[in-house]
Amino acid sequence: MLTLLRRVRCLTPATFGFSYFHHDSVRDEPTPFPGVTSEFTKDLRFILPEEVPTIPVYRVLNSQGKVINPDDDPNFDEDDIVTMYKFMIRTSIMDRILYQSQRQGRISFYMTNFGEEATQIGSARALKFKDVVFPQYREAGVFLWRGYSPLECMHQCFGTAEDFGKGKQMPVHYTGAKVNIQTVSSPLGTQIPQASGYAYALKQRDSSACVVCYFGDGAASEGDCHSAMNMAATLDCPVLFFCRNNGYAISTSTKEQYRGDGIASRGIGYGIPAIRFDGNDLFAVYNATKAARKLAVEQQRPVVMEAMTYRVGHHSTSDDSTAYRSVDEVNYWDSVDTPINRIRSYLTDKGWWDEAREKEFRAAVRGEILRAFSTAENTKLPNPLQIFEEVWHDIPEHLQRQKDEFLQHMKEYGGNYPLDACEDMK
Amino acid sequence: MSCGRLLKRALTSVKKDGIRTAAGFAYIPQTPNPALGETTKLNMFQSINSAMDIAMEKDSSAVLFGEDVAFGGVFRCSLGLQDKYGSARVFNTPLTEQGIIGFGIGVAAAGTTAIAEIQFADYIYPGFDQIVNEAAKYRYRSGNEYNCGGLTVRAPWGAVGHGALYHSQSPEAFFAHVPGIKVVVPRGPIQAKGLLLSCIRDQNPCIFFEPKILYRMAAEEVPVGDYTLPLSQAEVVRQGSDITMIGWGTVIHVLLEVATMAEEQLGVSCEVIDLQTIMPYDSATIEKSVQKTGKAMVVHEAPLTQGFGAEIAARIQESCFLHLEAPIQRVTGWDTPFAYIYEPFYLPDKWRCFEAVKKLRDFM
Repeated sequence: MLTLLRRVRCLTPATFGFSYFHHDSVRDEPTPFPGVTSEFTKDLRFILPEEVPTIPVYRVLNSQGKVINPDDDPNFDEDDIVTMYKFMIRTSIMDRILYQSQRQGRISFYMTNFGEEATQIGSARALKFKDVVFPQYREAGVFLWRGYSPLECMHQCFGTAEDFGKGKQMPVHYTGAKVNIQTVSSPLGTQIPQASGYAYALKQRDSSACVVCYFGDGAASEGDCHSAMNMAATLDCPVLFFCRNNGYAISTSTKEQYRGDGIASRGIGYGIPAIRFDGNDLFAVYNATKAARKLAVEQQRPVVMEAMTYRVGHHSTSDDSTAYRSVDEVNYWDSVDTPINRIRSYLTDKGWWDEAREKEFRAAVRGEILRAFSTAENTKLPNPLQIFEEVWHDIPEHLQRQKDEFLQHMKEYGGNYPLDACEDMK
Repeated sequence: MSCGRLLKRALTSVKKDGIRTAAGFAYIPQTPNPALGETTKLNMFQSINSAMDIAMEKDSSAVLFGEDVAFGGVFRCSLGLQDKYGSARVFNTPLTEQGIIGFGIGVAAAGTTAIAEIQFADYIYPGFDQIVNEAAKYRYRSGNEYNCGGLTVRAPWGAVGHGALYHSQSPEAFFAHVPGIKVVVPRGPIQAKGLLLSCIRDQNPCIFFEPKILYRMAAEEVPVGDYTLPLSQAEVVRQGSDITMIGWGTVIHVLLEVATMAEEQLGVSCEVIDLQTIMPYDSATIEKSVQKTGKAMVVHEAPLTQGFGAEIAARIQESCFLHLEAPIQRVTGWDTPFAYIYEPFYLPDKWRCFEAVKKLRDFM
């Protein structure tokens, strides 16, 4: 208990300044080395991580949805906040239906966003459309907020001819040029240095925009993450490194993922400003993102953001998390304190929402999602010749040869292939 | 002569003459296309510098970055460019190949021309994931919504006389296996400038390997203006009728010397083809030659097994089977790491190539 108290000890700005000098150490002269601007000391003293205070978690709403400090209330008008709430619900319902559809064998794979709706909608709301987003794979709410429709999501999940990605990738690997979001790719963390580079190029053209890069607590261990942050810091790239710390990377809890103080604490190591906040608090996410964005754009530098949240769902449809965590733990985050519940409480208190509206809205969304599902499920798959397109900008001779060979093969053996499900080959 | 004395002689002559001799080669200057106009004598790092200078002058977005490029680069390829274009466009990065390439992909995805320098091809591997899983698939996986075609990765490549395990590698085979990128290797200053300009302007991510031994020793009259040489087009550097010799980079000069030896000593006429672009490669030129000669050899510094010679040999036998009069010869580095003191014995030198010519001549 004492350890817990020590770790959550509140910090004033002064103590958070945290000195590496013992209170009675004699400061010597400044150092001449190129590698540091510092002072000499006669004290042989290790910096013990356990003696450095952990970074506190910024929040606005308590778990009952009450604003703790009225000064922090973003004061959204009714329309604004109800819209955000609705997007949180839509994300959640789309997830439920698509997850179930995978269980029924109708799509091959799915990843849910349960528990992270506030992280996604709150941050998306604080960004401008011209801010380029580099996603990981658990940001469907950001896609929806910006205008990607559930139907477009489903075309991708089914790999239909209407998928913007032309059926090239497995489900949830959306490509969002329509919404200024880069393509989801499976290798973890690869998007992070790309975000730094994109931000570098972006600032030459438009210094009022930034890049936002989402990644999880697990991806943050990748070398790409380290490289990306170091480069963004040295090259002054206006990029928000937005870590969704949801406690798990598949079965690996954060206790096994890192020994330090999460991801926010790494910021100072790179010379990057950092903020940690309650990812389940829509207002905190919004405020933090808005402030981080302002910092990044005005000072043309990166920011490390750590949204503390919880992955309520399994990692994916290929995972059964009961194998490595307790049902009680999940239950807490799934029913006792959820981002959706908090906002519902807030709205209800304001008189802007009630059970009847909730029921009606949920039914309407369910209908919308199910109709979209049916449409996507009955859409043809792409023309198989698409396999050979857009590998290179122009198809090279050797691949054209293979395409011709494929066509020849299909002429004779086509009956053995699921061509009826596809658009015509031409 | 004992092995020890042979080695000593080889090393002494290296020291004395300043070029690799016992296992070495002499650079054979190429002549520029007169249609390209005014020329000046440049070595290869200067011609590469010229290519980047022209690229950055004509394309005001283009940026050049990597380790130590600001002061001119460890091989002087970027000399003067930061002074000319400023530190926003020519800049050093921290020491991280995976970061450099990932960053470069991001720059290119934003529509800006990105020239990323990797200090030695031997160090490109931390960036292999970014190249294979990201750059090569950026366009394809997005249904052509996005691409990083504006990215060119440059790296010094190949044997240099004393480079050993980690300053001599030729990794083109790893990258040729990845659909979605282009891989190019020039044989000298004229080709380096023209091919690099093509890579920079090509709409696909390109990897440009620069034979480092040629940076200083290879000098010739190079057109001063803006010119490109086509990618995916092999060049018949020497016409011949009896044997087809295929190579790229430094080894072309070895092959040219062997072709002369073959003519003078064996009465055999060799056709030397510089592949230039490893992927996508010009197999039509190779096929046309082998259909004429019936005898082929592929030569590369990289180790034998799974080297790019294997792909060429497979393609030749597939397309020219009935024309072949001998098995296809591959003369390559041995299947070992590139060992330091043993370099004269490791490389596919003129004697091993000469032996291959004889094998081809004598087969049937």
